[in-house]
Amino acid sequence: MRLIILEDASVVADWAARFVLQRIKEFAPGPGRHFVLGLPTGGTPLGMYRRLIDFYREGKVSFKYVTTFNMDEYVGLPRDHPESYHYYMWHEFFKHVDISPEHAHVLDGTAEDLAAECQRFERLIEEAGGVHLFVGGIGPDGHIAFNEPGSSLVSRTRVKTLAYDTLEANKRFFDNDISKVPSKALTVGVGTVMDAKEVMILITGAHKALALSKAIEEGVNHMWTVSAFQQHAQALFVCDEDATLELRVKTVKYFKALSEEHQKMIEEVPVDVQHLIH
Amino acid sequence: MKARNGLTRFFNCYILRESRIIKEELWIRDGKIVNPEEVFYVEKVEPDVSLDCDGLLIAPGFIDIQINGGWGVDFSYDSENVEEGIQKVAKELLTHGVTSFCPTMVTSDKEKYSKILPKIQKKQGSKHGATILGVHLEGPFICLARKGAHTPELIKNPIKGIDSLLEMYGSLENVVIVTLAPELPGAVEAIKSLSQRGIKVALGHSEASLAQAEEGVRQGANLITHLFNAMLPFHHRDPGLVGLLASTTDKQVYYGIISDGIHTHPAALRIACRTNREGLILISDAVAAQGLPDGAYRIGPQAVSVENGWAYIAGTKTLCGSTMALDRCVKTFKEATECCLEYALETASLHPARALGIDNIKGKLDYGYDADFVFLHPKTLEVQSSWIAGEKDMCSQRSEQNDCLISDGDHEIADRSSWNNGFRARGLVLVSLAPRNLRRRRAAVKAKQLHLIIKF
Repeated sequence: MRLIILEDASVVADWAARFVLQRIKEFAPGPGRHFVLGLPTGGTPLGMYRRLIDFYREGKVSFKYVTTFNMDEYVGLPRDHPESYHYYMWHEFFKHVDISPEHAHVLDGTAEDLAAECQRFERLIEEAGGVHLFVGGIGPDGHIAFNEPGSSLVSRTRVKTLAYDTLEANKRFFDNDISKVPSKALTVGVGTVMDAKEVMILITGAHKALALSKAIEEGVNHMWTVSAFQQHAQALFVCDEDATLELRVKTVKYFKALSEEHQKMIEEVPVDVQHLIH
Repeated sequence: MKARNGLTRFFNCYILRESRIIKEELWIRDGKIVNPEEVFYVEKVEPDVSLDCDGLLIAPGFIDIQINGGWGVDFSYDSENVEEGIQKVAKELLTHGVTSFCPTMVTSDKEKYSKILPKIQKKQGSKHGATILGVHLEGPFICLARKGAHTPELIKNPIKGIDSLLEMYGSLENVVIVTLAPELPGAVEAIKSLSQRGIKVALGHSEASLAQAEEGVRQGANLITHLFNAMLPFHHRDPGLVGLLASTTDKQVYYGIISDGIHTHPAALRIACRTNREGLILISDAVAAQGLPDGAYRIGPQAVSVENGWAYIAGTKTLCGSTMALDRCVKTFKEATECCLEYALETASLHPARALGIDNIKGKLDYGYDADFVFLHPKTLEVQSSWIAGEKDMCSQRSEQNDCLISDGDHEIADRSSWNNGFRARGLVLVSLAPRNLRRRRAAVKAKQLHLIIKF
């Protein structure tokens, strides 16, 4: 596990975007050879998307041969609802880059048969050859995607009932009326994300500090589902200073001392060489 | 420019949507504006052609509901070759961003109506000319004392209501607006019948009191013709037609206003737009001299003399219409009232569409609307090109002829004919030749994207 501690949210956004850029370039995608990217929504990754759009505009990267899978989507929310993740992805990312619509996959929360939709999604990931890099964010309660506390750590894509905390946190997007917040969501499972070759989790802000400490300093625990990634071979936590508030000084010092090594990860160092960096 | 699946994407542009100018792409197909998000997720197809708009502003095409002619053509006078004349104006209007218009006939005799009116048919526009929404008949049922430039001998009272109108005009089939004076005998009945037939009634060339005007509105009128001109000046004890701006009738009343800097003082423009913001419609009220130099012209049966852009009835100082197209009127209006650009553009697009009840398909750049729009320079408001039903007008295409190149970024590999012969089928990206795009071009080469380069 690597922990990259950066100054603030904007540096995290930039670093994360550079990391994605580096991974895509290293992979050198082309016709019949797609880079497969897992993507989150929410406030934390927004800056990363904006930077990626900049890179695209500067001609540094193309998404033509990139296949994407989004982590989750509300059940029953129309595709064009401003709070739907379809809407978010279109407006914050897809429409700005050259990604092909056939290769941008978002779970359909309005599907008639939700279970079949989840199976279809898993199958698509499999057909794409698995995810090369899954980018995620976490909730203050340590959930990854919509894998709420108590979710199975080997779960696959499925329908999930949202925790009261999540509804409460999201009601501000739905006229402050908790009854309007969709109570269910489709989400990739912890196991689905665990299958990715690499995982990058973005954590910013003091309100996520406890979740970060639970994620990396305590044991694997299904009440903090993101802690499962302690058992992932190539997991990367990228956080800002604020998010380290609950960490031990020892932990912070250790990882900060490695910052020079970490910098190599977003430079043009081949991935297999990077894997030897510690 | 038509593409394989007909899906065209305009990017790097500003568009007017929901009364705001936003940086947003515009996607069109089959003559309509489409929702790109839906195309992406549901149809999962990519646009055939992408056009770099170089930061230009896209506004809904202008709609001129009162225009007497232009480029030497007078709709009320030339009874031979009517279709040809209309077509000429329709084509020229596109260069001014006008994508729909109501050819207007001033007070004429029965013979002229019977000769001309059947020949001005409603017609969907194309790259060859603006859409003809239908005829605007101004007169002859107007008030003699407020005749303006109309021929006094031909002015009539609609004594028998709608029957007087039918007798005079012959048929109302091609008509969308009738301007009349509500105080005339039989006028109220005529207004009622016209409204029932779906024809909009404009009140104008009138000495109506506010009460008479309001009665007209209650019977169905929803427009005022060239506000302030050819009506009683505002009086505080009886505000007359002008009073409709602040009337208590619950219906929105629209009013045409000529903002050519001649017909209406800037302060009067401001009074109107501050009193009744939503009702303001810019009209050109242009005469045959529009687009031509000073000289002698006609409007209906009368001779017109144009001096320094001011059009007078020959030998008098009576104004008889403007010589300014709507695009200039928008600019003049914005400068005179210091209103925001969004509002200025809407007074020439959304407001007339609403007045005519066609705001479900025209006047906005919303999804599902007709792909009628105009490219404007964001600062000077200079018209760059007009698009109608998704096609670029022929006039702007002409100028592009020699500037069209296809390049892989490093080499120019084809000219316009190769483009037509097949490159357009390959979903190429278009990039303008403007020097400030060089960096982007180089970047595109690096990313190995094949580019078509086209001067916009």
